[in-house]
Amino acid sequence: MIVAKPKPFRKIKQFTDPYQNILVVGCNTCVAVCLTGGEKEAEQLAAKIRLHRRREGLGGTVDTVTVLRQCEHEYIEEIKDEVEGRDLILSTACSIGPQALAERYQDVRVVPGMNTKMLGMVKEHHTWSEYCVACGDCVLHKTGGLCPIARCAKELLNGPCGGSQGGRCEISPEVECIWQSIHDRLKRLGMENDLKKILGPRNWSWSKHGGPRTFHKEGFKP
Amino acid sequence: MKSGSTLEKVLVAGNFAVTAELGPPKGADAQVIIDKARILSGHVDAVNITDNQTAIARMSSMAAAKLVIEQGMEPIMQMTCRDRNRLAMQADILGAAALGVKNLLCLTGDHQSFGNHPKSKGVYDLDSVTLVRMVKDMRDVPAFQCGEEITVAPELFIGAAANPYADPFPFRAIRLAKKVEAGIDFVQTQIVYNTEKFAEFMAQCRELGITERCHILAGVAPLKSAGMAKYMKNRVAGMDVPDAVVKRMEDATDAAEEGIDICVEIIEQVRAVEGVSGVHIMAVEWEEAVPEITARAGLKPGSASL
Repeated sequence: MIVAKPKPFRKIKQFTDPYQNILVVGCNTCVAVCLTGGEKEAEQLAAKIRLHRRREGLGGTVDTVTVLRQCEHEYIEEIKDEVEGRDLILSTACSIGPQALAERYQDVRVVPGMNTKMLGMVKEHHTWSEYCVACGDCVLHKTGGLCPIARCAKELLNGPCGGSQGGRCEISPEVECIWQSIHDRLKRLGMENDLKKILGPRNWSWSKHGGPRTFHKEGFKP
Repeated sequence: MKSGSTLEKVLVAGNFAVTAELGPPKGADAQVIIDKARILSGHVDAVNITDNQTAIARMSSMAAAKLVIEQGMEPIMQMTCRDRNRLAMQADILGAAALGVKNLLCLTGDHQSFGNHPKSKGVYDLDSVTLVRMVKDMRDVPAFQCGEEITVAPELFIGAAANPYADPFPFRAIRLAKKVEAGIDFVQTQIVYNTEKFAEFMAQCRELGITERCHILAGVAPLKSAGMAKYMKNRVAGMDVPDAVVKRMEDATDAAEEGIDICVEIIEQVRAVEGVSGVHIMAVEWEEAVPEITARAGLKPGSASL
């Protein structure tokens, strides 16, 4: 899922202080699951902004509304009455949310409440780790089901590099050396010969490096 | 001859090669290169010119390599995958060859988070293995990575690095074999302090036929202080400094002298290992140590007896 982290409150203050009629828009999909931008968190953020504004004598109104998915027009269409008359929308979705809102509500300013961090999964309680960078050309069948593009600091296709030690990455002992794990897994599966194959160079044009991407499901009208 | 470089001639003749390292300055001062080259001149066959070593921005390896050539020395230009994509790399490879560079060492590079621009974007379009293959194809096909023909091929002796001390240990020789398969002519290893493990690594290399297909130069480096020994042992990823070495440095009355002694002993030990074709002396910012080490180890540049 998409993992996003709230921006520091000093940024939120900077974004919202100059406005009077603010709508905080939550998203009840990925960011609700990672407990950062769903209905509850959007309401908490709105309360915090209200408190700050009261203390600073800034006045104005701060309301909240949450949609199921900010990345779909049909859901953000539903909140048009709440958006009406606002001078600022603060979105707590991943960065798709504010963009979708800006596209739909062209006369209202939209700011992001979050930093979108990664496509990840829960590794430990309340801890998410990056598993995918949406590179557009999945290599998991060659690497024991573990992604070196998302999970190796150097995106190596022929690792592990000379900095791998004790299963940890050279950049930090906190970081797993995914190539050590790929090595171990392929060995366990009796596929260690796969490690002798030279992989790459990659075709990065299928990633963001080929320019912004679109995808159209065949058999359906756009 | 693939490149006609002195290093290639020395290794093909079966002479023991001696290389050293020359780090470009953090400034536009050509004199720094000239001074360092003069210290090393006559003591080594070629000098590695590092490429933004440890991810710290410095004078470019290509420019420094050209300055070294002007001093009558032979550079081994290092190139990392961290800072350039395949377009920039191929441009620099052609440019370097046109300027007279004949040896190229292909590296992935230390991660940018180590250096003085940790906020920079890492490129890693290729890795060291695919870089080697690209350079080999540029030289031998000759063609660009995209397949388009190159009119005048860059004649380069292609090198890479190998670290016997990184994990998983049984895979290190196999990974080097991938670089051989990709097209390297020579390899320089990580700094050897643990000679037993190095010998074990070399046995694996012989078993895989690597020593038949490429020349292996063992990396060595003089320790300057006990602090440096401990730092390398504990803080540098992929380094193996045995406790006995640290203790010798701690107990020494003249640490720098002891460091040179240890280095000379290691050279003698690695030289005795079957399949070792030379040594690469990494005396970073201590170039003066190189003539001292080669003299005490009784090493003459292999080119002296060509």
